Amino acid sequence: MKRLFLLLCSGSACQSSGALAVKQALVEAITEQGLTEEVQIVETGCMGPCELGPILLVYPDGVYYVRLKPADVREIVTEHFLKGRPVRRLLWTAPAPEPRTIPFFARQMKIVLGNCGQIDPEKIEEYIAVGGYEALARVLTEMTPEEVIAEITRSGLRGRGGAGFPTGKKWQAVREARGNPKYVICNADEGDPGAFMDRAILEGDPHSVLEGMAIAAYAVGAEKGYIYVRAEYPLAVKRLEVAIAQARKMGLLGPRIFETDFSFDIELRMGAGAFVCGEETALIASIEGKRGEPRPRPPYPATFGLFGKPTLINNVETFANVRHIILRGADWFANIGTETSKGTKVFALAGQVKNTGLVEVPMGITLRELIFGVGGGVPEGRRFKAVQIGGPSGGCLPESLLDVPIDYESLKKYGAIMGSGGVIVLDDTSCMVNVAKFFLEFTADESCGKCVPCRVGLRLMLSILERIARGEGTEEDLQQLEDIGHMIQSTALCGLGQTAPNPVLSTLRYFREEYLAHIQEKACPAGVCPALIHYEIQGELCRACDLCRRACPTGAVQGTPRNPPYSIIQDRCIRCGACLEACPFGAVVKIPGRKG
Amino acid sequence: MISLTIDGIRVQAEEGETILEAAKKAGIRIPTLCYLEGLSPRGACRICLVEVRNWGGRLVPSCATPVQEGMEVVANSPRLRELRRTILEMIFVERNHICAFCVSNGHCELQDLAMELGMDHVRFPYRWPLLPLDLSHEKYGIDHNRCVLCGRCVRACAEVEGAMTWGFSGRGIFTLVEADLGDPWGKSKTCTGCGKCVQACPTGALFEKGKATSEQVKKPEIIMEVTERRPRA
Repeated sequence: MKRLFLLLCSGSACQSSGALAVKQALVEAITEQGLTEEVQIVETGCMGPCELGPILLVYPDGVYYVRLKPADVREIVTEHFLKGRPVRRLLWTAPAPEPRTIPFFARQMKIVLGNCGQIDPEKIEEYIAVGGYEALARVLTEMTPEEVIAEITRSGLRGRGGAGFPTGKKWQAVREARGNPKYVICNADEGDPGAFMDRAILEGDPHSVLEGMAIAAYAVGAEKGYIYVRAEYPLAVKRLEVAIAQARKMGLLGPRIFETDFSFDIELRMGAGAFVCGEETALIASIEGKRGEPRPRPPYPATFGLFGKPTLINNVETFANVRHIILRGADWFANIGTETSKGTKVFALAGQVKNTGLVEVPMGITLRELIFGVGGGVPEGRRFKAVQIGGPSGGCLPESLLDVPIDYESLKKYGAIMGSGGVIVLDDTSCMVNVAKFFLEFTADESCGKCVPCRVGLRLMLSILERIARGEGTEEDLQQLEDIGHMIQSTALCGLGQTAPNPVLSTLRYFREEYLAHIQEKACPAGVCPALIHYEIQGELCRACDLCRRACPTGAVQGTPRNPPYSIIQDRCIRCGACLEACPFGAVVKIPGRKG
Repeated sequence: MISLTIDGIRVQAEEGETILEAAKKAGIRIPTLCYLEGLSPRGACRICLVEVRNWGGRLVPSCATPVQEGMEVVANSPRLRELRRTILEMIFVERNHICAFCVSNGHCELQDLAMELGMDHVRFPYRWPLLPLDLSHEKYGIDHNRCVLCGRCVRACAEVEGAMTWGFSGRGIFTLVEADLGDPWGKSKTCTGCGKCVQACPTGALFEKGKATSEQVKKPEIIMEVTERRPRA
């Protein structure tokens, strides 16, 4: 009889911070103490607070151990598991609270992520035990395909991949399209830098995606599905493979599911790393074995998709929502969120925010609640500056827009997009010109090169930004950035190009004075752009310890030990900041603007 | 039959026809570059973009967009002219298109477009990358500096000759048209030497060796002539 259940987060983030070593230590210590009969270790998917990993959740106590090291494990086993005294110094918050009352969780609403961190994703039995495949059974035995589509339509679910197309409408279009066979594709080519929502779902609850796909296949009349997942997600791939094999074995995939006439099977396809393959037509081309290039729409995949056949293509999170809508009803789902955007959205919080990690919140909460409530705000001593939302094609919104509700329309109105759910919080150490340049470098590199505006236009914009960052920009450059940006938005072939100018246009809109500082004053106010800052040594603080001189890679620091002050030869300085980091007395300072 | 309007003119078109084809029948000129009659449309160069009023003013490539009942298409407007010109300028600055030194001078589709759209200067800095020339083929040569990546050679080779010699390598600004996974053209095992790619090329990127400018006039219409004579499936 087990009396303790240890839920060890083994999502990618926790694994990279050492969860597997912790597990090894746990197994050893538990065996040593003869507790193997009493304690069960469950490896789960992502629990959310990735910043604090590796994380161990102990039931029935419901306490979280965070930032675990293998060396801590023995103490936990002997003190807590054996003697019943939780090790306070290793707990998230002491004294141990109800998990639901931890602010990070209290403001969240976990529907899609409900099973992540609660079940072992490699055991189909655990998924079934919490109601898994019940929705599929209900759909196959009690509902017609039309009823399924009507239910999804009524729920107001919209595509979670970013564009927010009404899911029910898409299903309807595929159902009505002429052609056989039809296909269902799950887009799991999550490529936004800093985004890992889909990865967490695939790693933590893969069956929910398979079930959603099977329901969709029944609704649109398909018998074959593909999951296009990036090869850079080896753990997600592995868990999908395990899940598909288990579902087949149980008869939940394959011929005559639940002894009905409905047959459906799923194949995995691995993406080779091109960002553009997240675009649906490029993804389809890639599955077909062609170069991953988008093509003009219409015709849409609903009528002319994979191998020229009607194809339904939805994102991971969209599919993961389906079973909940079927089980709890469209009305329940439609009650969550705003007028136009229903349900919840999973976000990957990253950047200068206390609780980086994965969160799920109802649509319509404000950016402020997301960043300061759930995310805990920016770290001490720093000031919030902007939030970059929607991945590399998203926009940067300033503090004044923090009370904007998160829904598809509002974000678009202010120059950002919902995107797939990447949220990067920037503080006052970020230079907005540099941020825009960073994202544009990414999209310009990832442009497939098919259409002229994206291929050439993004490069032109990038070279202007580089010029501004070097202090060689002019005010006309800003106008040209806007002109080219708007032109690309309206003329590029696919979503990649059409949204790629967003980071530049939104920073120009909300942080124009920072661009002007680079141009007019030749200064980078945030102290980031190397050409527009300089370093100085404050003589009164210098103790002539010689550390800065030794750290300097170019011999730009001058001075004799024990004979302050030292000084910097500006011509030789490459503004790498090594001296500043080396100085124990805070004598080296970074100053915006060039010297002189 | 499907009826739509293009620039306010009522046009009848068959189902499955593209906006460009419908416009052509009605005598409305829409400039094109990557489009070539007889090849599948690619929609890549964006020169033939038109505005569909009742799709919220969305711009679509007329070469690749099928007509729909009741469509209100704007094919020529000051805005479209400006966008087309900007796109053309981007093509001109991307590589090296100095006409005076090009074998296609005087009979080049890119040059013709510049004249048609009144592009007498460019507003962007020239990139002038130094790209290689491949003269390894017995009869033909390829100068990547003149290439606009329209993909007409790639499609002519795959769809008409069936050789699939040409393909794209790299991506973004570093995309190149290459034979057989990057082999020198002359070493290609698949190339039949038919020269359809050369005839399909709108600029001086693909050319016949040993021919001077005035002899280098291309016949892109042969692609249509060849495909027209084929039995229909």
